[in-house]
Amino acid sequence: MATTLADDLRPLHHPHSWVTRYIWSQDHKVIAIQYSCTAIAIGLVALVLSALMRLQLGFPGAFPAITPDNYLQFVSMHGMIMVVYLLTALLLGGFGNYLIPLMIGARDMVFPFVNMLSYWFYLLSVIVLVAGFFVPGGPTGAGWTLYPPQAISEGTPGHQWGIVTMLVSLAIFVAAFTMGGLNYVTTVLQARTRGMTLMRMPLSVWGIFTASVMGLLAFPALFVAAIMMLFDHLAGTSFFMPTMQSAGAITSTQGGSPLLFQHLFWFFGHPEVYIVALPAFGIVSDLVSVHARRNIFGYRMMVWAIVIIGALSFLVWAHHMYVSGMNPYFGFFFATSTLIIAIPTAIKVYNWMLTLWRGNIHMRVPMLFAIAFIFTFIHGGLSGLFLGNVSVDVPLSDTFFVVAHFHMVMGVSPVLVIFGAIYHWYPKITGRMWNETLGKLHFWITFLGVYAIFLPMHYLGILGVPRRYYALGQADFIPPSVHLANQWISIAALAVFAAQSLFFFNMIWSLFRGPKADPNPWGAASLEWQTPQTPPAHGNWGPKLPIVYRWAYDYSVPGAERDFIPQTEPRA
Amino acid sequence: MPIAVAIAVLVFGSVAFHLLSPWWRTPIASNWGSIDSALDVTLWICAAAFVLLNLFLAWALVRYRHRPGHHAHYEPENSRLEKRLTFWTAIGIAGMLAPGLAAWGKFVSVPKDATIIEAVGQQWQWSFRYPGPDGVLGAAAVKYVTPDNVLGLDPLDPYGRDDLLIETGDLHLPLGKPVKILLRSKDVLHDFYVPEFRAKMDLVPGIVTYFWMTPTKTGTFDILCAELCGTGHHQMRGKVVVETPKAFAAWQAQQSSFGQILAEAPPAAMSILLIKANACTVPASWSIR
Repeated sequence: MATTLADDLRPLHHPHSWVTRYIWSQDHKVIAIQYSCTAIAIGLVALVLSALMRLQLGFPGAFPAITPDNYLQFVSMHGMIMVVYLLTALLLGGFGNYLIPLMIGARDMVFPFVNMLSYWFYLLSVIVLVAGFFVPGGPTGAGWTLYPPQAISEGTPGHQWGIVTMLVSLAIFVAAFTMGGLNYVTTVLQARTRGMTLMRMPLSVWGIFTASVMGLLAFPALFVAAIMMLFDHLAGTSFFMPTMQSAGAITSTQGGSPLLFQHLFWFFGHPEVYIVALPAFGIVSDLVSVHARRNIFGYRMMVWAIVIIGALSFLVWAHHMYVSGMNPYFGFFFATSTLIIAIPTAIKVYNWMLTLWRGNIHMRVPMLFAIAFIFTFIHGGLSGLFLGNVSVDVPLSDTFFVVAHFHMVMGVSPVLVIFGAIYHWYPKITGRMWNETLGKLHFWITFLGVYAIFLPMHYLGILGVPRRYYALGQADFIPPSVHLANQWISIAALAVFAAQSLFFFNMIWSLFRGPKADPNPWGAASLEWQTPQTPPAHGNWGPKLPIVYRWAYDYSVPGAERDFIPQTEPRA
Repeated sequence: MPIAVAIAVLVFGSVAFHLLSPWWRTPIASNWGSIDSALDVTLWICAAAFVLLNLFLAWALVRYRHRPGHHAHYEPENSRLEKRLTFWTAIGIAGMLAPGLAAWGKFVSVPKDATIIEAVGQQWQWSFRYPGPDGVLGAAAVKYVTPDNVLGLDPLDPYGRDDLLIETGDLHLPLGKPVKILLRSKDVLHDFYVPEFRAKMDLVPGIVTYFWMTPTKTGTFDILCAELCGTGHHQMRGKVVVETPKAFAAWQAQQSSFGQILAEAPPAAMSILLIKANACTVPASWSIR
């Protein structure tokens, strides 16, 4: 049992001033909030970009200020910000930082200084990313996949400077993530309090832990790809650059492989999907269990499913490349491995539902978001089977179907979990309670709105409408009704866009005016709700670390006096 | 309670949307009906799962909602139930994967008698090349490109002389004959995409990629680019005309070959062309068969 580190107060860095408490803070909770606020701020940029894209798609020609170059820049920046700078940073840097030490009974991360550095590197990466908007030529418009040669060739917006800021920013982000990730992994392995065995950890920690391990293995592929492309662009190497025609001349590059980049990118990119998904899976398990007043169903199976999904996700990357021109025989292997992942994933879905089954379900706002996640995740997971099933992918790849699928499964679903999680832990983080009515209103518009956006998109994709098109123009197979659909999708998207102001208003207003929250308003059994102070003070646990006697899911235990038993309560 | 109703409504609404929506596959114009069938099988299995799981969810939300006197049931695991669910999921997955892989088996096996045709992409237009009477495409590479040799054929390769070049016109295909479409890009990634053919494939500069199909329906179809290729990506269009073998032969007879283009080129252009080829040492046997 790893109690030595957790008991030792020496690693704890005590702040001496306002600046070391809130700015150069080494407290995991402050760093978590710094990470979260930065991620949400840059996420707002991505949200605005998506609204601009929808204006163009819904009403082509009505906004002459949006040029084809702008449109592609919006697409690229929206994608990269959402996947890396919002979802990854918020789920791991934000929730990972806040929850891991509190849920495992540690006083802080094991390397608080490195943890602080991780945030400042992340902030730097965001600043460099945003700088892309102000360099000559604007940010890159090569798509979030940044495929060479177009990312660094004539004819693509931002191919000169925008791509440099993007690649440099990604490299810095990977450095930031590595510092954070090492911390999360080491903390989980070394700093658990007495009695907190691995198999007693809440699933949130399991999801974040596995995602961190995966990130440490996957992000280096992105890092080397970014560095190699920087060399191609700035030093004239040919890692990814064949002999080609550019601006009317033949380039001096030769022998490079554009496919090599795609393999590197997706060797990062596919695990990345699960780096985002696994923390969401973990968190939603906890939300469902707490608000249904029932133990998570099949805990051991849930843990194994997380680990198996994490491992398998490194064997499926080329399902993004069925029509990339790689050797088509790879398709057999990658289709099989991809569909096999569906089995542990389906088990997780069943177990969430079986947790609700025979539960005592309280329909609070966090629970609503968790249920909506189950719905959108089922939808997105099933549409993924179409795309994983190699031959079925051929007509669908690069169409709106793909856009609809990945938004449903890794855009909407994790974002719903993030909302649920914010509503769930807000009372602990701030000590105040948010407004229920505003929360519900925010939920309903968001949930129904996103479904109205993405359900029709699947059908446009099956029809064959291609993605990343500034305007569909004239094509015989595209009937006028498609343009009408695009308009309605845009209107739904703008409604969802506007509804997010309810969330921000609620969170900010409640911070100052919300009623004082109970230390454990949901009656949760896991450790973070048993802190001596709310919000938890520096060092989390006061003079003595908690001791854990049971798993995190003792809800509605027969014979118990309350419908939950905290992990710190000794066995009778 | 409202969330349970909402989920049930969304399930039935999605089914209704599926049945009533005007958007579905374009009428197929190639031999890839097996891809459509694999999609149908996938759709039916997924639709069944979607409806069953979500209706169970909606029912559970109503049945086990919080109300006074109601308690949750404590049951950490039920390994029999979990094993059964795993088993049936695996069956469903296998049921989808089998037709998918079977169709892919056909996709990767190009018929021996397939005619070879080349599509060349550049920002932002399509060009095409036919092998001519010898049935062999001459060697080609970006380094050979000159204003008079837009597709970059090796001027020293005798197999290339009879190749028919369509630099800006439509692609013509004979009805009912398998074709292997070789794909070559002069600059960045592109993707040869005709929705009615179902098959598509990326063009990757530096290598030659391919796919095969048999056109099964006469008519004119749009060619689009399906891989982001820069500012004009959405305008990179072409047309493919599928016609009877007789009409196809008549059309082909009117196209000019690389040899004819070379013969008409002024001597200055010829020398640039040969300097580009730069190699008495390049083996002429690099032809694409």
